Amino acid sequence: MVNQRIKIAMVAAALVAFVYVVPQSGSFVVLLATRAMAFAILAMSVDLLLGYTGMSSMGQAAYFGVGAYLTAVLATKFHFGMGWDFWLVVVLGILIGAALAAVFGLFAIRAGGVYFLMITLALGQCVWGLAYRWNSLTGGDNGINMSGRPNFGLDLGNEVIFFYLVFAFFAVSMALMYVLVRSPFGQSLAGIRERELRMQILGYNTWLHKYIAFIIAGGFGGLAGVLWAHTNGHVSPETVVLTTSVDSLLMVVLGGAGTLVGATIGTAIVFGLREYLSTLVPWWQYALGGVYVLTILYLPMGLMGIPSRLRQRFSQGKDEGSKKLATKPS
Amino acid sequence: MNTQFWVIQAFNGISYGALLFLVGSGLSLIFGVMRIVNLSHGAYFLWGGYIALSVIHVTGSWALSLPVAALAVAFIGMAMERLFLRSEGFGYLRNAVIAVGVGVLIGLAVARWSPAIGESWSQHLAVTAIAIIVSFFVLSRISIIPIDNDVLRQVLLTVGFAFLFQQGALDIWGGNNMDINPPTAFTQSIVVGGVYLPLYRVFMIGMALMFGIALWLVMENTRMGAAVRATVDDAQMARGVGIDTNRISMFIFALGAFLAALGGVIGGAFLGIYPGLDFEMLPLAFAVVIIGGMGSLGGAAIGALAVGLADNFGKALFPEISYFTLYAPMVLILAVKPTGLFGRE
Repeated sequence: MVNQRIKIAMVAAALVAFVYVVPQSGSFVVLLATRAMAFAILAMSVDLLLGYTGMSSMGQAAYFGVGAYLTAVLATKFHFGMGWDFWLVVVLGILIGAALAAVFGLFAIRAGGVYFLMITLALGQCVWGLAYRWNSLTGGDNGINMSGRPNFGLDLGNEVIFFYLVFAFFAVSMALMYVLVRSPFGQSLAGIRERELRMQILGYNTWLHKYIAFIIAGGFGGLAGVLWAHTNGHVSPETVVLTTSVDSLLMVVLGGAGTLVGATIGTAIVFGLREYLSTLVPWWQYALGGVYVLTILYLPMGLMGIPSRLRQRFSQGKDEGSKKLATKPS
Repeated sequence: MNTQFWVIQAFNGISYGALLFLVGSGLSLIFGVMRIVNLSHGAYFLWGGYIALSVIHVTGSWALSLPVAALAVAFIGMAMERLFLRSEGFGYLRNAVIAVGVGVLIGLAVARWSPAIGESWSQHLAVTAIAIIVSFFVLSRISIIPIDNDVLRQVLLTVGFAFLFQQGALDIWGGNNMDINPPTAFTQSIVVGGVYLPLYRVFMIGMALMFGIALWLVMENTRMGAAVRATVDDAQMARGVGIDTNRISMFIFALGAFLAALGGVIGGAFLGIYPGLDFEMLPLAFAVVIIGGMGSLGGAAIGALAVGLADNFGKALFPEISYFTLYAPMVLILAVKPTGLFGRE
């Protein structure tokens, strides 16, 4: 095993290299990277649930969506959040994501396995339905077009400055989630993932642990939504559609559930296919579908799981790895 | 808002529910028997509609398009189930199919980014062939962990197929909004008590009733149906008493795809057939299944009726929150009874 400190140093070095290289690579790459980082925050929040707590939420786009719609509605209807109050919108976005998760969690957390998946799907569809139909607030199918980005001394209309800002949010989110999953709280979440009954017997209130994790993930989802709205300058029901939730799940599984870096790598790949390859070739969706199929069939532990699978292959007989799936069989 | 409004809306809701029953009952049976959450079910619906369009285009016969499209999609569903969802014994074939897909994509990619190869067909084919062989070799070396019992992986795998089907449909049939035109006899209305009821919607209700009753009779009264019910209740025990659950699940998957495709042909006449319809129908089909309870035929019927009515009245009475009025009750039902109204653990 690589030492934890070395791992952190490697991730930090990769991030520094990333933030150094991207701004020099042209505006298209900068925009793409900015969008991907906003989405990666969502993917990491999914990972918090899936990889560390063992809950596969099919409705994570809901928190992403309310964050994005909040930003867009405040900016266009009240012209709020275009100056220094941008930071207030960030806080509000996190709070609304967390608040929505606090409400949804009351319904969802009780259920386990496939029923959790179904109920989060239904909750996500509720939010999508409102976004799609509530014309007077959300602009319906057309969505909301925002005019420009906030300017508070720092002009976020400048793509590179905005890139740095989103990068800062991304890096801080990653660090916060890392601290969270290494904390005693995070460790008990992992315990719940491995075997909930055992944790209950040990006296942990597993419902409360899961509920809090759900709320935290919702908060990060809301933050991602705020950034997403400003990155695109446009919010539409596409933001909260079922495929957004499913994509974020795949990103986590593709990278390797239970590793924040994996969620980021997964985001980069899926995003690259959806946003970059789609501009180049007409058959990009075959590649996307292919990545889904290949990942699930051949790489259930994700890219980050490859080293341990290889190791397991060459040290015959030890089948520890094969038991550690992306998710536990229910 | 007089009586006529309520009668017409209720009738529309019921006929829409009839369509949803066709889509949802298959999904429900598939989950009940195989414990597989199938997110390509919307794609079966879409493909049913598209294949029917092609059949109508070639033969001009709408009546023929119903069975042909449904059987074709049933076959696609069966192949997908046998090759990818439960591929014991078919590992080589599965790897070969995937290797061909990967190889073709690699060939396309190489041709796209290296024009010298892209211009010459023989080189393009050679690159593709090499890519197929290499990826087959690599894939064969990877040991597969079965996806049974792992809901998330089933969901993501079937979503992957839904994307593939979506793009496939786009490439074959194009991106235009198309309509399936049923025979003119169906475009008339019948008058019942002063209310005009479109004959086609009556036909939809009739079809759903027919298939619902037929399925119910088969499930309750035949040996095959008993075997299916046993598998729903406890697959392991069913295997223990000598029921071939493999054959049952293949049959059920084909049946589910058949019903979804039939729904696509029938629904195509008033919904239209267009890209994206698959992911519009999918959550509705899930709503049907979730409300009724997964694996229960009667539940699917009640769920379909509830969703059909909620959708119609929601759109007519509260247009701004119409989808909310559809999914919120679903959440409440799930919160109170996670297995749905008629589901069993």
